[in-house]
Amino acid sequence: MSEKVIYVMYDDDGVLKDGAKKLVSKGVKISDTFSPFPIHGIDPIIGIKNTRLGIMAFLYGLTGLTLATIGMRFFMIVDWPMNIGGKPSFSYLENILSFVPISFEFTVMCAAHGMAITYLLKNKTLPGMPAQNPDPRTTDDKFVMEIRTAENSMDEKDLDKLIKDTGFIEIDKKTI
Amino acid sequence: MEFQITQKAKRNIYLLLGTGLLLTLIGVLTGMDSNHFSTRLLTNGLIDTFFFFAMGLGALFFLALAYATETGWYASVKRIIEAVAGYLPYGMGLMGLVLLIITFMDGAHVYQWMDPDVVAHDEIIQGKTAYLNPVFFWIRTIVYFACYLIFLRGFKRRSLEEDKIGGTDLHFMNYKKGALFLVFFAVFSSTSSWDWLMSIDVHWFSTLFGWYTFAGMWCTTMVVLIMVTLYLKKLGYLEKVNDNHIHDLGKWAFATSFLWSYLWFSQFMLIWYANIGEEVTYFQMRIDNYKLLYFGMFIINFAFPMLILMSRDAKRHAGILTFIGLIIIGGHWVDVYIMVTAGSLGPTAHIGLLEIGMALTALSIFILVILKNLTKAPLTPVNHPFLDESIHHEI
Repeated sequence: MSEKVIYVMYDDDGVLKDGAKKLVSKGVKISDTFSPFPIHGIDPIIGIKNTRLGIMAFLYGLTGLTLATIGMRFFMIVDWPMNIGGKPSFSYLENILSFVPISFEFTVMCAAHGMAITYLLKNKTLPGMPAQNPDPRTTDDKFVMEIRTAENSMDEKDLDKLIKDTGFIEIDKKTI
Repeated sequence: MEFQITQKAKRNIYLLLGTGLLLTLIGVLTGMDSNHFSTRLLTNGLIDTFFFFAMGLGALFFLALAYATETGWYASVKRIIEAVAGYLPYGMGLMGLVLLIITFMDGAHVYQWMDPDVVAHDEIIQGKTAYLNPVFFWIRTIVYFACYLIFLRGFKRRSLEEDKIGGTDLHFMNYKKGALFLVFFAVFSSTSSWDWLMSIDVHWFSTLFGWYTFAGMWCTTMVVLIMVTLYLKKLGYLEKVNDNHIHDLGKWAFATSFLWSYLWFSQFMLIWYANIGEEVTYFQMRIDNYKLLYFGMFIINFAFPMLILMSRDAKRHAGILTFIGLIIIGGHWVDVYIMVTAGSLGPTAHIGLLEIGMALTALSIFILVILKNLTKAPLTPVNHPFLDESIHHEI
């Protein structure tokens, strides 16, 4: 038996949310939803875990801080010792205050860029990548719920029966 | 649901007040004969009255900010902000009293520019007398107090009226008044900190000082709001406030900690870098006499909130928020302590029973006034136009 993906389309996010609640309470696993805007409160319903992007941001920031420190120490102290405002020269630690602004900026830059690139990579939405959403209308005013038979213990017919009561406007199936 | 002060809370507050007064009394009796005792007493009076007055003012500012930006999420914690802002009249009374005594004692070595003998021999202060003289100082102080009081009364009155009649007229009135308050506050927050705090180190000045003081005050205000919210939640009130609101308050505490650290560092770094004699004296004084406290409080107020409050879960955890909140309040008290004492007492200052006792006394009055204020109005506003948005707030 081939596995199938069922795309159920709604024209209102509230209806989709109620439908998702109903399906999940019957034991259906919904793998994803597609929507032109974030649907508040859908994540816990369909069991999406909190993003770990924040942890990545911290790590990228730490990388930036380290790189900035190593870089500035090499440029300003080791490779070409600089006279920094007449302060005790040739020491990173005693001039650390003058290096703080750049460390800060570089930390922020690495965290921001790292986060943005990670986000685009993880979602496969780098410029030029093929679209991931099943229907172009989900970028306009329609909402789609994706259910995979592979992830559910029920077969297609049972799923169809349950989906029927959720008030959808269109249903589309793909064999994978 | 109307809030009632529990017997336990009352007992604890009076216990705190009693301890504070007892420690103050012991401090007074043991220290009475030492040099500069009146200066020490008034310095502490200024520290503690200003510290808690500033929290009330921070709450008023936050309320005005929320009105002016038409914020939605805060609607269900609005009465807490109003209760903290309601400390302002008491804070003004106490601080006004301390300032009055200092003025009658010709500055009492706290404000040197109030002492005619000092001014007569000090050219630098003479150059500043057009701004720094007791009459103009009091005109300004009264203008600040009057402005804050008028706006506070207006916000409170309209907030209670809104509960009865609802509609959007009052909301748009609040919107206008909130924006107007921010205009006044933008100027007054700077100038009042120059008057009350920066003029203690009368030879020195910094254009950043106003923002620095303001950021510290905002940070402590957010922490107090979190603590009061958590306390009320624990007692079973505020059923409309959920983790999302507490998370948002936690974010504010996190962000304002950074703001404060940023401004502290900006002020420090520029003066350190330029290394000009008349500017570095301020920090020289602090590093020579308060090295551990001065840098310790910076690390506490910067690193602790940064590392502990960074994660999402921490901002939703009542225990962590309370722990870090107490640390931040202590840290910012030390900040104000050094701001005032380094200029007035200098090397002779130390934290003894008197300091702790007076701080505890002021703290218990502050808590008592806030809890009393909370009983005066329903804890959740009834007809706030954004109440629905606040209930469904989700992040």
